[in-house]
Amino acid sequence: MSEIVNTDYLQCLLKSWSVKSAESQSWLNQLRAQAIDRVSTQKLPTRRDEEWRFTDISPLARLPYQSSQPQYDLQLHDIEHLFLDEAKNRLVFIDGHYSPQLSTITDDKALVIGNLPEFLSAEGSILQSHLGQYAQFDDNVFTALNTAFLRDGALIHVPKNILIAEPIHLLFIATQNEVTSYPRCLLIGETGSQVTIIEDYVALQQAAYITNSVTEISLAASAHASHIRIQRESTQAFHLANCAVSLAHASNYQSVSISLGSQISRYNLDVRLTDEAAECVIDGLTLISDRQLADTHTCIDHLKPNGTSHQQHKCIVDDAAHAVFNGKIIVRPHAQRTNSSQSSRNLLLSRAAQIDTKPQLEIFADDVKCAHGATVGQLDPEEIFYLESRGLSEMAARNLLTYAFGAEIISRIPVTSLKRQLEQTVLNQTQSK
Amino acid sequence: MIDKNSTTILSVQGLRASINGTEILKGIDLTVKSGEIHAIMGLNGSGKSTFAKVLAGHSAYEVTGGSVQFEGKNLLELPPEERARAGLFLAFQYPIEIPGVANTQFLRLAYNTVQAQRGKEELDPLEFDDFVREKMKLLEMKPDFLERSVNEGFSGGEKKRNEILQMALLEPRLSILDETDSGLDIDALKIVANGVNQLANKNNATILVTHYQRLLNYIVPDFVHVMQAGRIVMTGGKELALELETRGYDWINTNKQSVAGVTA
Ligand SMILES: Nc1ncnc2c1ncn2[C@@H]1O[C@H](COP(=O)(O)OP(=O)(O)O)[C@@H](O)[C@H]1O
Ligand SMILES: [Mg+2]
Repeated sequence: MSEIVNTDYLQCLLKSWSVKSAESQSWLNQLRAQAIDRVSTQKLPTRRDEEWRFTDISPLARLPYQSSQPQYDLQLHDIEHLFLDEAKNRLVFIDGHYSPQLSTITDDKALVIGNLPEFLSAEGSILQSHLGQYAQFDDNVFTALNTAFLRDGALIHVPKNILIAEPIHLLFIATQNEVTSYPRCLLIGETGSQVTIIEDYVALQQAAYITNSVTEISLAASAHASHIRIQRESTQAFHLANCAVSLAHASNYQSVSISLGSQISRYNLDVRLTDEAAECVIDGLTLISDRQLADTHTCIDHLKPNGTSHQQHKCIVDDAAHAVFNGKIIVRPHAQRTNSSQSSRNLLLSRAAQIDTKPQLEIFADDVKCAHGATVGQLDPEEIFYLESRGLSEMAARNLLTYAFGAEIISRIPVTSLKRQLEQTVLNQTQSK
Repeated sequence: MIDKNSTTILSVQGLRASINGTEILKGIDLTVKSGEIHAIMGLNGSGKSTFAKVLAGHSAYEVTGGSVQFEGKNLLELPPEERARAGLFLAFQYPIEIPGVANTQFLRLAYNTVQAQRGKEELDPLEFDDFVREKMKLLEMKPDFLERSVNEGFSGGEKKRNEILQMALLEPRLSILDETDSGLDIDALKIVANGVNQLANKNNATILVTHYQRLLNYIVPDFVHVMQAGRIVMTGGKELALELETRGYDWINTNKQSVAGVTA
């Protein structure tokens, strides 16, 4: 892909960009302007970039989809099937635009929850100190674009020592063809707070569109957050997502991300353990087929002592699909007594399926425990034999083991209805007859 | 128990098998009739597990000679799942863990598969739940066993009990228990032995594979076979196990004739 096309692509996207000064705070306009500056100095990444070695996004350059326009004719009954029983609070975004009619907020006494622009004055200084502070856009053109187009977005601010029992559902629904949407989420967990959010990307129909999302999560001391992320976009879509997480002293971040949809998807998850004794558990499952490409890049950065990170990423790849996992773990010189583990396990269901997995350990402290391992392969014959010896046919044994391979990650989702849904999805996608 | 008039369940003649070109089983003869309990003893590496896995149909082993009749069928022609459905059961020395699948799901799947093949009634989750809980009492298993993933994070003893639970559910004609006693403390051993004794009856048979005599204090065998380098080198009654315990396996080498008298 030539650079001329690249530049054209970005400039084309930026045509629809404008500062809406009437509604915005100057700091926010400044942030957008900085982002737009960065966009104009960057190019679409190519496979020559180390970070994009395995993932060719050049098809994107032929699709300079403009920002989506708000769409108002969706009714509750069109999307009700996407709701989760457990979620009492639900923010719905249609093609990136907040829909108050379709959203349900019940906990606005206990916490701050809603669409970002509503809080620009009331929460102005807090927003200013968090928004755009974790997801760096200096060398990330997609984060820069998202920030340049930043308008609507999910804001959740959990006050000190407040525990929110029910999960919060952030539902991003794609309805339009040939548009780009820029979803944005910001979760601020104050000291000792606890919350579960489900970031859920779905499509109402098969359509070609681009989702460029950015999520920022900041956890103060001893805060807990469980972050479930489901990418089930249309299989013609492009999904480019960045999530940046900042963990303070003894805070705890648990993440389960599931990648099912999109023609090409890329998820960057950056977690910084900025203070002592922070903990994170990061699990991922990619389940793809046909000619899908799903790329997960994670970076877990231990900056201070006594941190813990455990990561398990699994891919099940069928047909001519291609999964990528790049898991970087950095242990900085001061991060003594870090305890970190990473496992990447991959199951290829067809000869044409492809997986690139790359653990990347950068350890600069000497007193650390760091275990990592990666496997790529087929099912274990001993496991198949065990099931056959219980009367299951070879096919049934293979199906059960393939299902189990994915279900192990699904089982860590602490929301029963969502877990059941996804178990069914895994079941449907792993059973050959 | 030995009964001259009982039917033959398993008849193994001159069985030879190899793995990756190395011959492990070098001509095994064994006849098991209904109602009988057999023990196969022998040092580590003598081929006991290989024999068990060859009978269960593990595809890594190549049968290079001999024959095996199981309930009048040529066992060696059947794929492993059909052996299981025909009533052969192997309790594994090292049961496999299956994270992501609840034990109850797995147990019901195995149970219903075998039931369907036998033309019997399958059970829905609720019916099965009652049924399996009843069987679990036999092995003094806690109910949370059902919700946990198959064998994941189970202690050695829990895994072995889970194997015997599967045996209780599938009601095989012939059960082969491979080192079911290893890794069990004395209380767990008693529970497992009690379960096995309760499941043994005049219509089925059991082969206990072990290299310790200890288990045989609780499950009393009708026959004891000693295996060495891929052959059964000695067969006797339950007292042979005690003899081995006091004299050690070396003693076999100087007394390599079958101890007569108990052979049915
Ligand atoms: N995959 C294999 N390749 C080669 N030799 C094997 C393999 N598996 C087992 N063996 C050998 O077969 C012999 C019998 O093993 P096994 O049946 O496990 O003995 P036991 O159960 O009596 O301890 C041993 O010498 C062992 O090393
Ligand atoms: Mg053995």
